[in-house]
Formats: sequence, structure tokens, C-alpha cells
Amino acid sequence: MPHGIKDEVAIIGMGCTRFGERWNDGLEDLVIEAAYEAFEDAGVGPEEIQGCWLGTVTAPMIGIGGTALADSLKMQNIPIIRNENWCTTGHVALLEACMAVASGVYDVVMALGVEKLKDTGYPGLGTGRGMSPVLEARRTAPGSFGLIAKRYFKACGLSNEEGKALIGKIAVKNHDNGSRCAKAHFHNRITLDQAVNAPIIAWPLGLFDCCGNSDGAACAIITRKDLAKKFRADPVYLKGFGISMDAMLPHLRPGFDWLRFDALMTSSKKAYEMAGIKNPREELDVAEVHDCFTITELAIYENFGFSEWGKARDDIESGFFCRGGGLPVNIDGGLKCFGHPVGASGLRMTYEVYKQLQQKVDNPERQVPNPRLGLSHTFGGPPQMSAVAIFGNELG
Amino acid sequence: MVGIVSYGTYIPTYRIDRKCIADAWGRGALKGERSLANNDEDSITMAVAAGMNCLNGRARESIDGLNFATTTPPYQEKMNASLISAAMDFGREISITDFGYSLRSGVAALKAASHSVSCGATTTHLVTAADMRSAYPKSDEEQSFGDGAAALLLGTDGVLATIEGHCTLNSEIMDVWRKTDDPYINMWEGRFVQNEGYIAHVKAVIRTLLEKQGLSPENIDKLILPAPTEQLFSKVVKSLGFNLETQAQPSLLSQVGYCGTAHPLMMLCHALETAKPGELLLLAAYGDGADAFLFKVTDHPPQRHCAVRTESFLKTKLMLPAYGRFLSYKEVVTPLPGEPFRLMPSATATWREGDSMLRCHASKCRACGCVSFPIQRICPQCRSKDDFDITRLSDQKGKIFTFTRDNIAGRSDDPIVVQTVAEFDEGVRFYGLMTDCDPSQIELDQMVELTFRKFYDGAGFHNYFWKLRPAREDKGE
Repeated sequence: MPHGIKDEVAIIGMGCTRFGERWNDGLEDLVIEAAYEAFEDAGVGPEEIQGCWLGTVTAPMIGIGGTALADSLKMQNIPIIRNENWCTTGHVALLEACMAVASGVYDVVMALGVEKLKDTGYPGLGTGRGMSPVLEARRTAPGSFGLIAKRYFKACGLSNEEGKALIGKIAVKNHDNGSRCAKAHFHNRITLDQAVNAPIIAWPLGLFDCCGNSDGAACAIITRKDLAKKFRADPVYLKGFGISMDAMLPHLRPGFDWLRFDALMTSSKKAYEMAGIKNPREELDVAEVHDCFTITELAIYENFGFSEWGKARDDIESGFFCRGGGLPVNIDGGLKCFGHPVGASGLRMTYEVYKQLQQKVDNPERQVPNPRLGLSHTFGGPPQMSAVAIFGNELG
Repeated sequence: MVGIVSYGTYIPTYRIDRKCIADAWGRGALKGERSLANNDEDSITMAVAAGMNCLNGRARESIDGLNFATTTPPYQEKMNASLISAAMDFGREISITDFGYSLRSGVAALKAASHSVSCGATTTHLVTAADMRSAYPKSDEEQSFGDGAAALLLGTDGVLATIEGHCTLNSEIMDVWRKTDDPYINMWEGRFVQNEGYIAHVKAVIRTLLEKQGLSPENIDKLILPAPTEQLFSKVVKSLGFNLETQAQPSLLSQVGYCGTAHPLMMLCHALETAKPGELLLLAAYGDGADAFLFKVTDHPPQRHCAVRTESFLKTKLMLPAYGRFLSYKEVVTPLPGEPFRLMPSATATWREGDSMLRCHASKCRACGCVSFPIQRICPQCRSKDDFDITRLSDQKGKIFTFTRDNIAGRSDDPIVVQTVAEFDEGVRFYGLMTDCDPSQIELDQMVELTFRKFYDGAGFHNYFWKLRPAREDKGE
């Protein structure tokens, strides 16, 4: 049995840009903004970084390697390793960096996720995916995640109207949270009526069921647990993680029910096991999960064991996941309000968890009282891949 | 005895009221409506649709010939029939030929297939014809033309109608033509076109055939007279001494329009759908001369051979509500472009993946029986490697498992893409786009079928793949 790396590594500094339409800023500006906030937060300089893990997705096909980070920050003589794993890219950068420190090869490393989406000339993530010229030629993100909705509505006996109202409540919650978060792209609060009657993007998903498209970057500096307190009094420890990929496009996978996603179930289970969590609903104090679409957040509640199968509705209706509820989810506004600069999101979510655990959230209205354990999570691809990380502010 | 062993028409789902076209120009409207190919259809895809309708699930192994006729081929160089053959999942050693250039190419393809079977070169030969001709905006022909296809299977086993006689009359005449780079057809003065062109040749060839066969008009049960207009149709029928009400096979002009080189075969198929044993059918097709054929219906009742009869195609339709969309579907105007495609088409990938993407093959694991599409070398259920049989999905009907109505994936003139996951026999899933549908009418568990469609142009060539459409029910009676 692998023993895992609970409490082996700690985050000692983080940075996160303001997310949004950063027309004036290029990839390098976003990298610098996130990295220098993290350097200052950790009290280290770029010369102390021994390795970098870069997550970015929409770079040209032929690739950019790690040069975007090297060139922006003038990092040299160290490994800079880039990954692309759809929406989990930021988490993969973070967790690979953690594993590199845990391996004993490095003392201080950096993980940085960045995406410059607003240079493409169109508002979404585009049409067409995969390797085949035709098979997924018209596939889009909302068109894929929207496929969950009809099956969920049917499984729970919801009419289209009831289903839309249910996911609409998630949008209302996340917009309310985002209104209290300065770094978010969108700060507008919305009513359920607005959510339900918004223009349709991929029915039943309306405008407010979909996350925005933004530019942004986030960065973490990581060290060994025994070095962590030399850098700061309140490091945040990695308690557990899980990364899981499903085989075969869900659209084509025989027998797939569009309700139970193996990647979600196994990644969360692995993370809970490593962290020693038996009952996530009770033990977690805050969670940032992948709300690329409201229906995704709904599916995650059940796949992660936050709600019982088919019972997320009760928790949504009771406000369990709201600010002040039993388990606040996406308390910074989530992807809904930050938008989803793909490679940055996993680190941006972790930034919120990190600040929550340090009780240093910029707006006290958003601060969860005395949190101990927080989770961040991204879910990506068609969807096929999930990455979960759990953090705590105490060892043991 | 060589003859027709199966048949099937194809009429695109979209129709436009001729008044809608006429009103856009402030001119008079012709009667009725016309068909038009959807924006993902062309002559190749319509020929495949007619061919699939004609075969109606028939085993492919017996078919050893394919002829395709059109005046509107997607490719000027590169065989069009080879793509049809792949989509139909025919063997690679069959005899295939493209026919074109003339409005008689459809009947020429029929004649050639008949000769081929007669001399024993082939045994079961599929003839397909499809046309989607373009006429000048505002012209009569813009309204009178239609898009459509037909397929006839010729063979010697289970013959429904024999070819009893044939005659030909050729003529060099500039009545209707289109030069290589012309987008629309050109015509000489109408009276010359009608009188010296159509009427003179068709009458002559029919009289010659009747004479050769020792028959007179009253011996003919159905006169199948593909004509460009209703006026010509009734004029020729009457002037030859046929009874318009009892002997003339319906022209399809007011419901579909004149479908060029496919029209003679469409009307022949339509006639076979209701023909009775022993009946004599006379077909005369015009185009730089004329061909006439005499068919005799055998004792096999010819009904119920195609999957969907013409009457059903006539009833299953969606009306295109706006002339602007007609123009963009016909590629006369280019509407607002959508987002650029992120995927670059690849001739090599298309070629390599032809079994799944064109032939619609799925793999069935020999170890656990799991069926998956496209072909999977490793079974997704039991991980057996390279141990599978092939199964073809394109003959099956499936059920919608889940769907979304995606507003951002489509063209600006056809913006809603119904992203659909469907389940076919043995649990195999197909992910595709729903076409020929009213997106608001799609529901879970709805029956769907596969249809071969053009995807998008890139890298200088057309891309084709299968889509889903609401299953057609035969409403022929």
C-alpha cells in the first residue's frame, strides 16, 4: 500500500491575480502578478525556487513547454515542467510540485497556473475537441456538461422547470458569494428568476448556469513540512489528494449513466483516504469544487459524498452549501464568478482554501469561522479527469 | 432475367414554400413547395440516403456493383461513388462508376448497370442518382427545381420488374447547359427549349419504343414522365394520347420540384411502390436527347421493399421559413461565420479511420460482448486486446439516451445543435449531432437513425461523418 504524503509538504505562499477581461495584460503579466504576490507572501525570491510546475492549456498545438514561465520570470538553471490536463491542469501542476518536494529532490518549488483566454477573438472555449477530424467536431463544453442534466432530472423525477430552478439556485448562491470577492470577474448578485430566464447556452443550461471566460493566473510556493515554519507561522499542509482519469469519451462509453462519474468518485475517495477523512460532509469546513456549469456542481455534491445520491436537492433547498451553511461550497464565487482560465483555476481555488485556512480572507464576510480542513477540486475534459486536493492548517 | 430487385427514393426533409421565394423578389409564385438539401447534405449524402433506403438492411456481401449519377458532384476530380460505396459499407472489390454531365446520366447509370448484370460482369448492382441543381436567384427554375435522390437495385434474383425494352435518341442541342465554372444553369429561349428540346425528343422516343414493342398508349399502365414543369408534363402526356388522370405517374413537381438527373429514377421508384403484378411502366427521360424504357412488373408484388416510401418522405418535412436561409443553404450567400474550428481536417486521418467514420463500424469484443463505437482496439469493459468482430451501426435504429440543445456549436443560419448521445443495439453508444429535426421536439428515449452527412470543409476537402436524425416511420399508406 502506498503511504501517501499526508502532512509531508506545505504551501508557504500563494498569489492570485484579479480574474477577468485583462485586455491590457499578456500571459507574462499574469504570470508576474501571481508569482510576485506568492514570493512576497512566502518571503522568498525567485532565486530560491528550485523547480517549477507550469499549468497552461490553450497554448499552440506545437507547444510552448515551460518557456512562458522561464521567459516571464527569468527563471533559469532549474526544471520547468509544463502540463496540460484540461481543467485539472492547475491542480496537476500543484500536486506534481508537492510530490517533487515529498520525493526529497527539492526543498522549495513553485506551481503556477495561467491562461490567457481573451486573446482568442471569441467568447467561449471554442468548438471541436479531440484527435478525430469529425467525431467531436462540434463538441463544446456546455454542450457536453449539459448532457448530465436530462439524465439527472429524469433520475430524480424533476420536470424541466424544477430541474432548471434547482441548478439556478446554485448560480444564485455562487453569484452571491462572488459579490463578496474582489478578485472575481463578476460581482453581480442575481435572482432565481434571472437565472432561470436567462438566454439559453446549451439547454437546459442558461447563461447563469455557465462559468465565464476570463484571464487569470495563480501560484503556490511549496516546501517540506519541516522547513515550512522557517518561512511562516501559518503554513497550509497538504493532507491528501486524488487524481483520476476515466477511459473513453463519456459520450461513447458503453453503459455510462451520466450520473456517477468514476473519476469524481475515485479522486475524492483517494483524497479522503490519504487525509484520513471518514465523513467529508461533516469533516470538511470549506470546499471549492468545479462549477464550470451549475449541473456539474450538483453532480459533484453527490459523487463526492457531500449529499446522498439523489438527495442534493434537499441540501440545496436548505442552504447547506451556502455561506454560513454546513459546508460552504465555492465561497469565493467559484468558476461561476471567477470565470475559468483553464490552467489557473485549480490554483485559484486552492488560493481561496489557503486563505480560508489561514483566516486571512480579504473580505471578512466570506471568512468561514475556524476552518480546519478545506478541499479544492477541478473536473475536466469531456468530462473525464478529476483532481482533488485537501488541505489543513495543522499537522496531524 | 435481369430486372429491378429493390428501390428507394430520398427527399430531403426541408421544403420551402415557393411563395416564400417569390415574395422575396416581388414576383409571381409557382404552385406548391420545393425540397432543398439541408446544409449538411450534398449529392453524395443524398445518394447514400437513397441507397440505404433501397437496401433496407440487405446484406452487403451480395452487392458487387455501384453506379452513381449526378450533375452536381461534390468532387470534379476524385471518384464520388467511392465515398458512397464506403458509406454504404460495400466491399472494396466491387465495380463502381461515376456518371455525370447530363440530365440523362441517371438513366445512363441504370442502363449501364442493366448491361453489366445482363452480361454477368456483376450480379447485384446498385444504381444511385442525386441532384441539387442551382438556378439563378429570381428565375422560375429557382422555384421549380428540387433536390432529391433515388436508388434502384438491379439483379436477377427476386426481380420485381423486368426491363422489356429500351430506345435512345441523341441530339446535340444548346437548350439547357452549365459551363465548368457557372454557378447556375443557362437556358436558351423558352419556346425553343420546350418545343425543339423536351417535347420533340420525348415524343419521338416514346413513339419509337411503343412501335418497337408493338404497343399503343392504352397498353401502358403508367407513363413515367419526368418533366421540368407541370405544363410540359400534361402537354406531352395528352398529346401522346395517354390519360392524364389514370395513366400518368404523379410528377412530384408541386411537392418536391424537378430533381434533375435523379428525377426519372425517383418517379420510377415512386411508381413501383404502388405497381401491380403484370403492369407495364413506360419511363422517358430527357437531356440532350432522350431515353425510353419499358418495365414489366413481375408476379412478385413490388411493395414494401424500401424502408421508407416516397409518400412518407412527402409527409415528413420541415418548412424552411425564410428565403435568406434558402440562399445560405444553397451557398449563394455566406452568413455570419461562427467560431473557427479548432480541429484541422486530415486526409490521412480520414483515410485511416474510414472503417469507423465512413463505414460506421463498431467493435464487438469477442471475450465479453461489449460493443463500442468507434472501433476500440482495447475493450472498454474487459480490456481484451485486438480481439473483436465488426458490427455496422448504420442499419440500426437507436434511442436517445441524453441530449442538450447547444446554441454555440452551430452555424449562424442554423444555430441550434442538438448534441445527442444515443444507444443502439447491444448497448453501443453513439455521440452525434441531430439533424433534420425541430430541436424543441427532441425527447429522451426518442427513436433515432443514423444518416451520412457532410461535416465541414477544411484543408481543401469535404469532411463526412454520420449524424443522428429522428427515425422515419413509413407512412406510405
